[in-house]
Amino acid sequence: MSGKTLYDKLWDDHVVHTEDDGSSLLYIDRHLVHEVTSPQAFEGLRLAGRKPWLQTRNLAVADHNVPTTDRAKGIADPVSRLQVETLDKNCAEFGITEFGMADVRQGIVHVVGPEQGATLPGMTIVCGDSHTSTHGASGALAFGIGTSEVEHVLATQCLVQKKAKNLLIKVNGKTGVGVTAKDIVLAIIGKIGTAGGNGYTIEFAGEAIRDLSMEGRMTVCNMAIEAGARAGLVAVDDVTIDYYRDRPYSPKGNDWFMAERAWQHLHSDADAKFDKIIEFDAASIKPQVTWGTSPELVVAVNENVPDPALETDLVKQQSMKRALAYMDLKPGLAITDIAVDKVFIGSCTNSRIEDLRAAAVVAKGKKVADNIKLALVVPGSGLIKLQAESEGLDKIFTDAGFEWRDPGCSMCLAMNADRLSEGERCASTSNRNFEGRQGYGGRTHLVSPAMAAAAAIAGHFVDITTWEG
Amino acid sequence: MKAFTTVTALVAPLDRANVDTDAIIPKQFLKSIRRAGFGPYLFDEWRYLDHGEPEMDCTNRPLNKDFVLNQPEYKGAEILLTRENFGCGSSREHAPWALDDFGFRAIIAPSFADIFYNNCFKNGLLPIVLAAEQVDALFKELVTGYQLTIDLAAQQIRTPNGRTINFDIDETRKFRLLNGLDDIALTLQQADKIKSYEIERAKRAPWLFSH
Repeated sequence: MSGKTLYDKLWDDHVVHTEDDGSSLLYIDRHLVHEVTSPQAFEGLRLAGRKPWLQTRNLAVADHNVPTTDRAKGIADPVSRLQVETLDKNCAEFGITEFGMADVRQGIVHVVGPEQGATLPGMTIVCGDSHTSTHGASGALAFGIGTSEVEHVLATQCLVQKKAKNLLIKVNGKTGVGVTAKDIVLAIIGKIGTAGGNGYTIEFAGEAIRDLSMEGRMTVCNMAIEAGARAGLVAVDDVTIDYYRDRPYSPKGNDWFMAERAWQHLHSDADAKFDKIIEFDAASIKPQVTWGTSPELVVAVNENVPDPALETDLVKQQSMKRALAYMDLKPGLAITDIAVDKVFIGSCTNSRIEDLRAAAVVAKGKKVADNIKLALVVPGSGLIKLQAESEGLDKIFTDAGFEWRDPGCSMCLAMNADRLSEGERCASTSNRNFEGRQGYGGRTHLVSPAMAAAAAIAGHFVDITTWEG
Repeated sequence: MKAFTTVTALVAPLDRANVDTDAIIPKQFLKSIRRAGFGPYLFDEWRYLDHGEPEMDCTNRPLNKDFVLNQPEYKGAEILLTRENFGCGSSREHAPWALDDFGFRAIIAPSFADIFYNNCFKNGLLPIVLAAEQVDALFKELVTGYQLTIDLAAQQIRTPNGRTINFDIDETRKFRLLNGLDDIALTLQQADKIKSYEIERAKRAPWLFSH
């Protein structure tokens, strides 16, 4: 019998029961809750007279709607305010721990989970948000669910699931200087497409992945969903164990030693069988910039906007033409000739301390270009904000002309007041460049934090690996 | 949940690949704390020429006449025919809620994003995967008034000229959809199994059960 993949191990460890058709009742260790996808689930519990199966397995935080300025004044938009207040009320009523808007631990749910040690290696983790895949970076099975499933997990601590297939993506060798986790994952999506991972759980492996910090691995797994996979994984190693030591919710004392020992097994066996393996050469990956309205429409920064006429697949050609029209770009234009109006550094993809440090290195001693209307830095959590301030990063950003904000999802999806106006172009460290994502009629280019900071300083995209400022 | 047995209805063609959930229901409408009422805002940015906001009365908003669902011949369509990777992007269940509220009962495509696909079944909406060539053939033969019959029990689609196309669906999902069953009630019937699992797991991973 061949060995097991990491995904096989995590799956087998959580199966409560399997039906004849292969669908399984899967036990969920950690449920993260936020304000947007939970109100209807709590309402469902209330109507059916049900209670949470295990209150302590749930952790809630408001992130999508929260303002990033003037927190003390509350939320101006009454519709947003009602949604956040509804979360507060539901958590109080059902006995669920919530980090409220004034709590220093508040932040983006996928940043807060690992930071608190609330999401740990070996767990099954779900949340009513597709970027739950982020938590797979710690060797946990983590995936996004809809609101009906949020209610299901609350009521039963389980989900009915069918096992996905195993896809191994190996990134061999070392990346060049200035090439980050974000560039690796964008290059992967550019090659396999946004549907490339449909039906699979992706395990990311290879030297370039092992070389990443936990923060970098989270960036990669975060965007597994942009490649179509509900879950992304990275095997546990010393980097993982060191990261989780002494986090507030991490196991303590003897529990820690037992957990640490168990976590050592959280990797694919040498003879494990994958349904598909795709390999990449890290050295050939350059800083990436998306040019279209899907994350797969991406090129290296030293390339040009592609020509749909050269695409032979008619459905794809049509998508490319539509994307170019929406983005107001012409084929053949050099990426470095694209000027931007706004810059957004933040989101569950790139708002951790390492991301802020990378952007600050670029911004230090420089000024945001005159054509930039707004350059935002939004830390992923209150604790990251404090950490950055203790390192003086806030000062570097504000001296350069960036705005330094309070934590939340912010302009990644523009549910709060931070957004693009119609026709505005943004260099963004977020995860989706869909039409209207950052604001009605707004145009998004996805990049790494260093590339976004450099675009703010130069006023247009530059190749961070050769740029001299 | 609403059961799905047999549906005979008009088909609307949405000839685009990678239709994402931000397109199906833009984020401003996600601020609602209700489950109903998303139909008027389905495909909001494609359907209307102005910018939609929650609670907006849509009756007098300027329509994008080129958008398929605004064309009179597709009024009342309950089956959506579209291209690959439909529903990609976020996990928002507001996407199937909006499609359902608008009146759609089934979606036919060569592939769906996994989370969206899963969410459909929780809302009595049937996503049908056919081979890309079969979807292409349906796009080609679609004319004004084109209707399909979808028979879930038989796992069959019948075209107006009497052709039948079989489709796959897993048994558990089919059973739950045919009978409109509440997933939570079914799972709670297995409460003893869940409790036994917790006891056994607590021995293997005590740190997860120590508080």
